[in-house]
Amino acid sequence: MDRAQALRANAAGLAKADYLGNPSTLCKGCGHNSIANQIVQVAFELSLRPHEVLKLSGIGCSSKSPAYFLGMSHGFNALHGRMPSVSTGALLANHTLHAIGVSGDGDTGSIGLGQFKHLVRRNVRMVYLIENNGVYGLTKGQFSATADEGQELKYAGLNDYPAVDLCLEALAAGCGFVARSFAGNAKQVRELLKAALAHRGTAVLDIISPCVAFNNEDTSRKSYAFGRDHEHAMQDLGWIPPQEEIVIEPTEPGEARVVGLHDGSKLALRHLEAGYDPTNKRMAAERLLRAEVEGEFLTGLIYYDPSRPSLAETTHVGEAPLSSLPDEALRPTPEALASVLARY
Amino acid sequence: MTTVETASPDVGDRSPIVNDFSLVVATANGTGSQTANLTLLRTFFQMGIPVHGKNVFPSNIQGLPTWYHVRVSEQGYVARKESELLIAFNPATLDADLRALPTGGVAVLRDDVHPTVARDDLTVYRLPVKKLLEVSTAKGKVREYLANMTYVGVVAWMLGAPLDVVEAALGVQFSGRRKLVDANLEVVRAAFDWANEHLEKRDPFRVAPMNATAGKLLMTGNEAGALGSVFGGVSVAAWYPITPSTSFVDALREYLPELRRDEEGRPTYAVIQAEDELAAIGMVVGAGFAGARALTATSGPGLSLMAEFSGLAYYAEVPAVVWDVQRVGPSTGLPTRTSQGDVAFAYRIGHGDTKHAVLLPSSLEECFEFGWRALDLADELQTPVFVLTDLDLGMNTWMGTRFAYPDEPLKRGKVLTAGEIEAHGFARYADVDGDGVGWRTLPGNVHPGSAYFTRGTGHDARAAYSERSEDWLENMARLARKYETVRARVPAAEVDQVDGADVGVVYFGTTRYALEEARDALAAQGVRFSTLRLRALPPGPEVRAFLEAHPTVVVLEQNHDAQACTILAGEFPDLAPRLRAAAYLDGLPYTAGFVAERLRPYLTAKEA
Ligand SMILES: Cc1ncc(C[n+]2csc(CCOP(=O)(O)OP(=O)(O)O)c2C)c(N)n1
Ligand code: SF4
Ligand SMILES: [Mg+2]
Repeated sequence: MDRAQALRANAAGLAKADYLGNPSTLCKGCGHNSIANQIVQVAFELSLRPHEVLKLSGIGCSSKSPAYFLGMSHGFNALHGRMPSVSTGALLANHTLHAIGVSGDGDTGSIGLGQFKHLVRRNVRMVYLIENNGVYGLTKGQFSATADEGQELKYAGLNDYPAVDLCLEALAAGCGFVARSFAGNAKQVRELLKAALAHRGTAVLDIISPCVAFNNEDTSRKSYAFGRDHEHAMQDLGWIPPQEEIVIEPTEPGEARVVGLHDGSKLALRHLEAGYDPTNKRMAAERLLRAEVEGEFLTGLIYYDPSRPSLAETTHVGEAPLSSLPDEALRPTPEALASVLARY
Repeated sequence: MTTVETASPDVGDRSPIVNDFSLVVATANGTGSQTANLTLLRTFFQMGIPVHGKNVFPSNIQGLPTWYHVRVSEQGYVARKESELLIAFNPATLDADLRALPTGGVAVLRDDVHPTVARDDLTVYRLPVKKLLEVSTAKGKVREYLANMTYVGVVAWMLGAPLDVVEAALGVQFSGRRKLVDANLEVVRAAFDWANEHLEKRDPFRVAPMNATAGKLLMTGNEAGALGSVFGGVSVAAWYPITPSTSFVDALREYLPELRRDEEGRPTYAVIQAEDELAAIGMVVGAGFAGARALTATSGPGLSLMAEFSGLAYYAEVPAVVWDVQRVGPSTGLPTRTSQGDVAFAYRIGHGDTKHAVLLPSSLEECFEFGWRALDLADELQTPVFVLTDLDLGMNTWMGTRFAYPDEPLKRGKVLTAGEIEAHGFARYADVDGDGVGWRTLPGNVHPGSAYFTRGTGHDARAAYSERSEDWLENMARLARKYETVRARVPAAEVDQVDGADVGVVYFGTTRYALEEARDALAAQGVRFSTLRLRALPPGPEVRAFLEAHPTVVVLEQNHDAQACTILAGEFPDLAPRLRAAAYLDGLPYTAGFVAERLRPYLTAKEA
């Protein structure tokens, strides 16, 4: 970032530098670093107020990265595969926070698959990022559940098992915002992040994020080279802030389309694929399955359905966070105790 | 084949036994006898007589045998006691149940069952259940349930309990729903009247009104703990169903909607049924971190799944409350039987070095009090607090004194506001007050310096990642100071020191009922010893003093491996040679007789 941009203030009165975290200790060139950079950029562009943001993660190289962005926001580096439950609890306590969770493919697809699906099922309002590199980076390169069947790696050997598609899992669990992206496509990552932050529910972003240490051979489908050569973006995405006028010029082969998001902002999708409707769940599932069969690397907004209530809505709690309730709201009166005891 | 018929031992000269007996109702699981049993229990309670009800039940929904024990005790003893009176409504266990009765006992049998056991030393009453049910027009399942009301009627007649008191008890049982009360009362009355007309009272057992239950209530420990938690301001509860803790959360979900709504009628709490116990504790830890008052309730198998999070919460210093209603392990073990088998596990749960605050309630009053206090302690000490009850206390119906409203305001612990950060600065794990407990901030705090990164990894006083040995050691030294603060804040043990006694007995939880009854019985024989009832871990200075004062200290506990004894030995290694392990567990609550026998070897040596 250049110096001028670093110092210029946004609507929150903050400079981009204010959204930085500690210097990254991840490998140079790790996809996770570039995603962290996009989070910083997006937070700055959206003028997020750091105290309204909560960062969460599990365990892994990916899960370390919340230390490397938004240093003025609270964070919780939880347990391997258990970010979903910690997020659920934290957001039950305070549903007004904008939660950004960072997980890995091992963290979400292996040890944490159960918690992941249940978080999605409850529709906890948060952005759930999976920095997907097909391996366990932090434990030095074992296959994760998203590695391709038949892939061979020097250390890990041959992967005999089919890959788990985390977008398909999210879809099956009832997710209302399912997207896939590529760490090498910074603009798309940013636009999806902005839209995801506006979504009032769980927004799952499965971002292919190459591990330069263990899984970046050109033949690997999780490598930079493969992503650059094969990424098939389903849409050109443009996030539009609330109140801004929308001008979209339909272009072939697909038509343009605008999706309204929960906070009044919008996401403009210029379809690069004719006939694809991201609000059609069956189509989304079929498209993901076809991509799997045909070995396509699809990116973009795969599914969007804003209709399901978030967990905060399902539990009917009031506007004030439970964590902020005064003592009088938490402890009933002596008369209330007497009236209960009278029944016994 | 010998059959028992309406027999009657020669008991003409036996004097009446009033308000001092135990009655067991033998039924099959799923036959709806619980209402009848609780009605009997409450009838005696309403007559002012101390009572206790214990359900010994199988892990089964329907069919397997169940025994409900009602202890009636003028002196207020409520430990398990072998029953003299049997209501034998389960043909499958009829013979064994009859064999178990002591000489002079009483059996009430249905007239359509035929035991093969001959006992001419019992009083036997036969009950024409089908005929008695003719008064009722109810059908199907309801009719089956109503059959249990026939023994309520006969017991009322046999013991001399007035029908209007039974009616009042039914009123409480059915929350005043008149139709249900009448339908049941009709059958009770039919049985009572029939007995009055056709049976001759030939046994010595009686109830007589007393005045020992004024200001008391009948409740389960799980209900009391849940109610206490509601008054402790629980705002997030996450759980996964497991006997015997499920009824704790059931009770929470009954009380919360009634007691905890804001002006607009919206809940000031959230209860989530998690996908497993691992997620349940994860939610509690997340909620505690973000400033809610959060708890979960479970039993041993669930606690096992909470190990990693417990360790994290200990090191990241996040408040959390875990109720463990103990049952017999391993895994499923004896899932519907009581135990104190998780003491060592809960105390040390987590990897690496962890020693937790563990509360050990023994009564309804303590369940209620520890319900709110545990939430205070967790917030004040910024650490997980484990409350260990057991199936016996949690699921059975006990008599308690009406709970006192919390005598202290809610304690939210050391949480900095933005203004306080501005004035004093903030370093998450700095020991500002010298008690080992740092100040924390909650997400949402507007001060730019309020944020910190919570982690299990090594950290310095500012919560920054650190692998430096000095930082690690400094943190451990602070946690050791914090542990002493925990020791000072958890409920102190209750000590009864007998002058000149060489032997002390340490016990906790539901062991108290049999122990205290045995203590009185032994004292009547001139055998006296001191007692200390642990109410929490870590043990306080009063426990050390007790060990110092008694050359022999017997630790009585309901497990096999002498878990609390081992913990005490570790806490007070210099006094460990004084400790004697008296651990025993067979799944049933202790009786006073058992405890007396268990203690006798230590006592006869010097005290007798
Ligand atoms: C309970 C538990 N088991 C194992 C580990 C060791 N571990 C740390 S990170 C990791 C895998 C991380 O893989 P992934 O989520 O894909 O993250 P990446 O490092 O690839 O970004 C494992 C197995 C752990 N920390 N906790
Ligand atoms: S090992 Fe892989 S995932 Fe971990 S930091 Fe290095 S490149 Fe990134
Ligand atoms: Mg990975």
